[in-house]
Amino acid sequence: MSSVLIRNGHLIDPAAGVDAAKDILLKDGRVAEIAGAGKIKAGHEAGSDVQVLDASGLTVAPGLIDIHVHLREPGQGHKETIATGTAAAAAGGFTAVAAMPNTTPVNDSPEITRWMLSPERGACVRVYPIGAATRGSKGEQINDFAALKAAGAVAVTDDGHPILKDGIMRETLAAAARVGLSVIQHAEDTRMTQGASMNAGPMAFKLGLRGMPVEAESSLVERDIRLVTELRDARVHLHVAHTSTAAAIAAVRQARRNGLRVTCEVAPHHFLLTEEHVGLYNTNAKMNPPLRSAADRDAMIEAILDGVVDAIATDHAPHAVHEKEVEFEHAPNGITGLETALGLCLRWLHKEWKLPLGRVLSLLSAQPAALLGLKGRGTLAVGSFADVVVFDPKAEWTYHAKETHSKAHNTPFDGWTMQGRVRWTISEGRIAYAAKDPQ
Amino acid sequence: MNASTATPPARRHLQTPQPPASLFPYNPGSLLSVMDLDLDAVSHLLTRATALENQDPLTRDRILLKRRIALLFYESSTRTRTSFELAAKSLGADTTLVSSLSSSIEKGETLKDTGLTLRALGAEAIILRHNSSGAPWLLEQETGLPVLNAGDGMHEHPTQALLDLRTMLAHLRPGVDKVGAETLAGVTVTIVGDILHSRVARSNMLLLPRLGARVLLCGPTQLLPDSAANAGPGIAVERDFEAALRQSQVVMMLRIQAERLAGVQIDLAQYKDAYQLTGQRLSAHAPEALVMHPGPIIRGLELTAGVADGRQSAILEQVRHGVAIRMAVVERALGAQPKEGRA
Repeated sequence: MSSVLIRNGHLIDPAAGVDAAKDILLKDGRVAEIAGAGKIKAGHEAGSDVQVLDASGLTVAPGLIDIHVHLREPGQGHKETIATGTAAAAAGGFTAVAAMPNTTPVNDSPEITRWMLSPERGACVRVYPIGAATRGSKGEQINDFAALKAAGAVAVTDDGHPILKDGIMRETLAAAARVGLSVIQHAEDTRMTQGASMNAGPMAFKLGLRGMPVEAESSLVERDIRLVTELRDARVHLHVAHTSTAAAIAAVRQARRNGLRVTCEVAPHHFLLTEEHVGLYNTNAKMNPPLRSAADRDAMIEAILDGVVDAIATDHAPHAVHEKEVEFEHAPNGITGLETALGLCLRWLHKEWKLPLGRVLSLLSAQPAALLGLKGRGTLAVGSFADVVVFDPKAEWTYHAKETHSKAHNTPFDGWTMQGRVRWTISEGRIAYAAKDPQ
Repeated sequence: MNASTATPPARRHLQTPQPPASLFPYNPGSLLSVMDLDLDAVSHLLTRATALENQDPLTRDRILLKRRIALLFYESSTRTRTSFELAAKSLGADTTLVSSLSSSIEKGETLKDTGLTLRALGAEAIILRHNSSGAPWLLEQETGLPVLNAGDGMHEHPTQALLDLRTMLAHLRPGVDKVGAETLAGVTVTIVGDILHSRVARSNMLLLPRLGARVLLCGPTQLLPDSAANAGPGIAVERDFEAALRQSQVVMMLRIQAERLAGVQIDLAQYKDAYQLTGQRLSAHAPEALVMHPGPIIRGLELTAGVADGRQSAILEQVRHGVAIRMAVVERALGAQPKEGRA
């Protein structure tokens, strides 16, 4: 395997506490050496077949990790494939993505997990399948978590079909803890959201749409935290997916104060947009959980800035164009997110709201890696996987959905200004993405 | 929600991304929402409605002679469909009706494809009634044609609000066609019943306060959420029907929309007890108020037969005003320019 030498870049590795100009040598898919800028010479210890990337003026960081994406395979290849989804991931600076199990069929077996991991899928960055918690994600019969883990699953969830029955959720948390897996819950009491297509409130009333109340999210988060409390087992890990309401964040905050292993993620659209962005029935602003009120959005920003949020995750949810060109209430939920996450985080979290660059990058790499126990990821310490993103932190650019690497165009961020342009994404020592027209 | 999960107060004021400006309507002839019309446009429509109503039918039918208008109806309708059709034909246009139960919509054709097909067939404007809120916006965006919203889901019914306004003006401000911000000053309009599922209520509450009227919404919480008062300025919720009646110059009764209840349980006996407009209630609390109803009425439920047929009822007048208003709206849709070669 060839080597890659990234020279003269500014290395930011929050997990290793590095924030300095460095050269970094990647060899055999791992980080082989880190030294002061200009110190590593090609042709000596690096070997003669080394590819040299000049990162002068650029930031070098651990490859980004998105723990919540929908790659749509098996079964929904018209929306996205593992190949196209991971191509979009690489273009967005991501080197690892965790794929949700709501595929066709549902990923509830080692066979499907292994199928997703097969080299024939053409993934260009690391894929971590998440297994279904229950058979067919029907919330009745718990899957064999040991077998799923052995096949490569890194967590379990029923995602869009949240587990409502207390007994099943309790057993899921306990069984997952026994084999060392996290339980991810899409917190939505679906009994309160029948027929609803946006956030409940004055905006939904005005648009004549049925609304999802914030309590549908927060009450399930509170229920899950109660179950974690009752289990009294330090191995139990509950992760709250795409948190969107102030009340749910408050519940997570309290659980952490009580010493529970409860973590949460927030998606860029939930800390940037509100229900006002639905406008006049823009189906590219329809997702679940929905865009909420300004107060809820502000609570997401606060929670990120004050450290309650453990990860930024995109909930990348591609859909075919024709599927979104329908009446709002009939349009499927979800927006794409892999190519816009870094640009939006740098533009808003860092530039506008002054979150230090290291903390932004940590929310996008070190913390999600730690959260799911992805060993050797989320850091560039010597010996780690050679997963690297190299980007120009100062570059401003405009995102055009039609130029996407994904199959899908369903984003509310088309035409938005982004900050920080990816130059190279390197996955396990291999260049997975290189910008075509570096400015 | 208990104290421990209450929203922590925001510590700082942060700049956040603003929603983009609306691109609607794409076609200046469209009427998707009453919010598409400023008061000058409302005045123009009222003036044209009167002029067209008084015009000799033999010259009026040159205005849109042989222009093609499609009526696309995904829900059943008597008043709206017939009056739009009569209005378009009175101006000389050719109309064609496509309804969801006797067309390729039954075979799964989407709204977008149905609209594009009608355009390819030569339709110059589409009048749409649809059971999904927002459908006219989708149709307009995809076809670029003038789209007239003849009722979308639980959202809006702009021509109904215009004909309701014309009915009110005929009684309260006879002879007035030019409206302004004070035209209905001092007038309280109470809308009663199933506000949650009513597109008529929404269009009226977004139009009438702009002319100075006060809109009171009245009904039980399952059919009238408190947040309705935040839909716009000049709107308040009054749960006590008789208290609302005592303040009202106009009372607009609504049907309970059984087809949209989606699991909401209503005890009809209790409902009638609290909200049915009876002759006794009317004479005791609002003996001079105008009684309106967009139809269809259910006699013996939201109002008694005696009130529907009574002296204060303007229900059939509303229907008549519908034809005049829709002539003006259809004329506006197709550019308001009489075709060349006009006699």
